Amino acid sequence: MHGALILYTLIALFPVFVIVINSFKKRKSIFREPLSLPDAGSFSLVGYETVLKQGEFFSYFQNSMIVTVVSLFFILLFGAMAAFALSEYRFPGNKWMGLYLALGIMIPIRIGTVAILELMVSTGLVNTLTALILVYIAQGLPLAVFILSEFMHQVSDDLKNAARVDGLSEYTIFFRIVLPLVRPAMATVAVFNMIPIWNDLWFPLILAPAEATKTLTLGSQVFIGQYVTNWNAVLSALSMAILPVLILYVIFSRQLIRGITSGAVK
Amino acid sequence: MQRARSRWHIAVFLAPAVLVYTAVMIFPLFNTLRLALYSRIDQERVFVGLQNFKTLFGDAVWSEQFWNALGNNLWFFFIHMLVQNPIGIALAAMLSHPKLRFAALYRSSIFIPTILSFVIVGFAWKLILSPIWGIAPDMLDAVGLKSLFAPWLGKEEYALTTLALISVWQFVGIPMMLIYAALLSIPEEVLEAGEVDGITGLSAFWKIKLPLILPSIGIISILTFVGNFNAFDLIYATQGALAGPDYSTDILGTFMYRTFFGFQLQLGDPHMGSAIASAMFLIILIGVCIYLFGIQTRLRRYQF
Repeated sequence: MHGALILYTLIALFPVFVIVINSFKKRKSIFREPLSLPDAGSFSLVGYETVLKQGEFFSYFQNSMIVTVVSLFFILLFGAMAAFALSEYRFPGNKWMGLYLALGIMIPIRIGTVAILELMVSTGLVNTLTALILVYIAQGLPLAVFILSEFMHQVSDDLKNAARVDGLSEYTIFFRIVLPLVRPAMATVAVFNMIPIWNDLWFPLILAPAEATKTLTLGSQVFIGQYVTNWNAVLSALSMAILPVLILYVIFSRQLIRGITSGAVK
Repeated sequence: MQRARSRWHIAVFLAPAVLVYTAVMIFPLFNTLRLALYSRIDQERVFVGLQNFKTLFGDAVWSEQFWNALGNNLWFFFIHMLVQNPIGIALAAMLSHPKLRFAALYRSSIFIPTILSFVIVGFAWKLILSPIWGIAPDMLDAVGLKSLFAPWLGKEEYALTTLALISVWQFVGIPMMLIYAALLSIPEEVLEAGEVDGITGLSAFWKIKLPLILPSIGIISILTFVGNFNAFDLIYATQGALAGPDYSTDILGTFMYRTFFGFQLQLGDPHMGSAIASAMFLIILIGVCIYLFGIQTRLRRYQF
């Protein structure tokens, strides 16, 4: 059993390993001994130098960061507010509203791309990060509302009613009492949304392809396309694109795995 | 203590989410379906009814591309169901073994490809499989199978299957995690009761665990379906918008992109693009309905 698992782990990690070790080598060694680790004779940072000189990698990275963090913030805020309304209050149409918001879990937002592009053109948002942020908020909300309302059902009613007796407003109850209690669920939602937003190629390509708004994913795609024959540069660009996600994964993997295995997505 | 409170706060809580979701997701979705009924004639948008669909399915050039993309997409899905999900289930079954050491390490490592972007995954494999670099042929040579090597991504007959397998490699972590969670939620007593009756090891997996995790297998199937019929990035990153060689890796996502956005000398046509998007919408809707009404209701859920 360990044999099978080790084999599969090697298959999973091998490509990443090969890319990263070769990004630190001289061009000759990349071809001559692709599987050996860089040593004193073959070590070289020439690829990274090319990438840093030619590409706007810091600006791409910054764009990706802004888009991901701002989208996540609003997905969590708006999602939690809607989930609270749906799980806390009885009002006519409550059930229909829940179903309406859940539609987007199964129907991919990409189907509406033609009209989204038209909408962004008519509102002048093309080639702005705002366009991407709006799309990712809309894309992330359905699952966020679904997961968060499951968790909000579990917050004790006594606590909220006691607060009402004390004269706290519904807004205070939401922000001061309920939000802190569902923090673990919010972390799960954040981690689920983070990866697809960071890695998306489709919407940056269509809505914000300008140099100033390129995300890291689109930026590396374009850079690699232009430097196909410069192996040092391509391998270094790939390694630099891998690094931020890998760091995020190491930080959040426990949260992510706990989120999946706690049955948040059933 | 229920005073006649104002109910405005409900609207305030709901409004932001409902507004953004409606404006950026639901409205464009229906607008896309509507745009499929229009066409651009002499710089003006004209209502043409089902004309675009007649072109898509009736015109020889268009319909050939559409069926090619749909056929490729079905094959792409088929490979995922046949390779990704069984491997995912097998890995989950091994990982959930209670006496396994380093389980967390294996789990985290196998999940790493899933967090990488399609651009990284696509190029990484393109380099590894490249005959120029020679990693793949050298490794096959080491086990004496060099004759099997071919430039897989460059050959019409292999390219699509190769890409599907790359995608499987990337996403096997998702079924693995979901099945793993389902296996962990099976109570000990059930397995112990089986042990008393002499059902252990592999037969415990087939006779007790597998029937209990069928609902999760249903969920990963529909997730795979929706994900595959909406796929685009991996093909675009490795083969470009033309989905070469000779359209052999064209799937609905790349076909729609090419049509509505244009490529090289061909101008984009948002209305034909919308028609293709409508067809994709219908296909996904049919798949989801089959799952919701045909499969999910028949799978018995066990509550412990």
